[in-house]
Amino acid sequence: MAVKVINPGLLTSVQDLGRPGYFHLGIPTSGAMDSYAMRAANLLVGNDEGAAGLEAVFVGPKLEFTQDSVVAVTGAEMPVRIDGQEQPGWSAIPVKAGQTLSFDYLKSGARIYIAIAGGIDVPVALGSRSTYPIGALGGFKGRAIAAGDELPVGKARKAVNGASVPENLRRKSAMPVELRIVPGLYDHRVTKSSLDRFFDEEWKVAPEADRMGYRFKGGTPLEFVEREQPFGAGSDPSNIVDSCYPYGSVQVPGGTEPIILHRDAVSGGGYFMIGTVISADMDLIGQLQPNTPSRFRRVTMEDAMQARHEEAARLDKLRAHLG
Amino acid sequence: MKTRYTFGGDEHLFVEVDEEMSLDAFFKSLSMTRIIAERKIAGVTEICPANASFQVKFDPDIVSPQALLDEVKSIESLAEHSDPVIETRIIEIPVFYQDPWTHETLMRFRERHQDPKSSDLEYAARINGYDSVEAFIGAHSGSPWFVSMVGFVAGLPFMFQMVERERQIQVPKYLRPRTDTPKLTVGYGGCFSCIYSVRGAGGYQMFGITPMPIFDPDQKTSYLSDFMVFFRPGDIVKFRPIDRVEYDRTVEAVANNSFRPKIRDVSFDLRAFNADIRGYNAKLEGMINGG
Repeated sequence: MAVKVINPGLLTSVQDLGRPGYFHLGIPTSGAMDSYAMRAANLLVGNDEGAAGLEAVFVGPKLEFTQDSVVAVTGAEMPVRIDGQEQPGWSAIPVKAGQTLSFDYLKSGARIYIAIAGGIDVPVALGSRSTYPIGALGGFKGRAIAAGDELPVGKARKAVNGASVPENLRRKSAMPVELRIVPGLYDHRVTKSSLDRFFDEEWKVAPEADRMGYRFKGGTPLEFVEREQPFGAGSDPSNIVDSCYPYGSVQVPGGTEPIILHRDAVSGGGYFMIGTVISADMDLIGQLQPNTPSRFRRVTMEDAMQARHEEAARLDKLRAHLG
Repeated sequence: MKTRYTFGGDEHLFVEVDEEMSLDAFFKSLSMTRIIAERKIAGVTEICPANASFQVKFDPDIVSPQALLDEVKSIESLAEHSDPVIETRIIEIPVFYQDPWTHETLMRFRERHQDPKSSDLEYAARINGYDSVEAFIGAHSGSPWFVSMVGFVAGLPFMFQMVERERQIQVPKYLRPRTDTPKLTVGYGGCFSCIYSVRGAGGYQMFGITPMPIFDPDQKTSYLSDFMVFFRPGDIVKFRPIDRVEYDRTVEAVANNSFRPKIRDVSFDLRAFNADIRGYNAKLEGMINGG
């Protein structure tokens, strides 16, 4: 079976849980920006959590089904319609052959996840179906989907009826959003007082926010500790000898606007980083809209591990509920 | 050289072998990552060497951050005391310097350059004290390079030249990055040369272009059929200047899958290299040509 793309939305791509293992060759992890929402959508339609679905940002696609199927939409709040009839989010929705899935305007959040029973069955590239557009790798022909594409769908594993994720298991961010950061990496390059201010001030998500990284603005520029730049590091005080960029690391080119690197980020480069967003908070970033007020909270490794365990417990509850 | 250990959140251990770039720092970073890989530490999911530093990605539910830190620290002294010898390969990369495609591109982005009246090569030659572009190309292609990192985007090699500090070429990046760079452009920024594996944005100065693909997600190129990325950290590269005729001939050979890159296995000894850099490099070049 296949799903026909009538309208792709703004930027919609095939994603699963990502492509770990090739970072040392410059190939990013890719995969769903909000992995919890992707897992939930898959579980709702009876797929493996790691099956491929669609990630759409800000504007939903319009899709036509060629056979009876089951779909689920999770993530951002964006009313779902089947042949014009509104349907619940975070729920399994039966669809008949010939029917059309479409969406209203975005109400909150940024990215929706669409899972279809059987999963999107594009070829696996380096262990994943996720799209990495810069490398023309994975996904549907290595690119975002376009009008006229016919997306292959695999065989559904089991019948699902009426599954839904309860409200308390849908993760939403508080306002202003708070992202927890373990300081480190090259944070010794800036003065202690300016780093303290970085964590005290309110920032806003900048318009330059995509799958590669989220930029923030509105805070005070960082002050650098003076030094003679090391050989090979470049002349700007925010430059370092090109290094790896950890997933979730926070770089501040020129000391002005922090950028949190996300799923499709470059794997390394020559800008210093002041720390790394904890793994438990990475999913939240994918749901931030430009101009969202944001705060960065300094936490310890112990805090990061505690939050990690809480997220794992939430996922276990989701699995128990939908399993 | 002072090694610095720090964590990148709850999933990355980050190790800076030295603040500044040098062959010694790169070599120590590479040696440590190779030992870590051999140990097959449970919970370690990825090891990424990068110039004078490296990163270890791990699952903290399997190996605690502190346990991993302790083990990697213990590997540091092991790396320092082991023979500075690696088994690697040397590869000849043909380069068409001053080609029309990078020239067209650099002309389009002239207002983003430090010296809009010169070409990238003329500028780089002048600020590095070379009398002519030809002499500069002679230096760039005259001594081999270590692939000290593969990354930024898929399959892109950062290369550090195997010469004394005073012979290192240094060039700033463009004032503002270009939005376009031809695929397979041979570029330069800071103390690193690179080959752009895909077309796209870039800030490095553009010196030429190679006809030899280094990344092929479709894996149709014969020598990329087993794996889509050509380079590995630790590869040694020697550039060979070619003209338009040979460039066109090679592009055709790549298209009909008759092109084979010149590759030789080699054992590299850092001590022997440091004792006689010119002599050692001459021997490496001889290996490529001798077979």
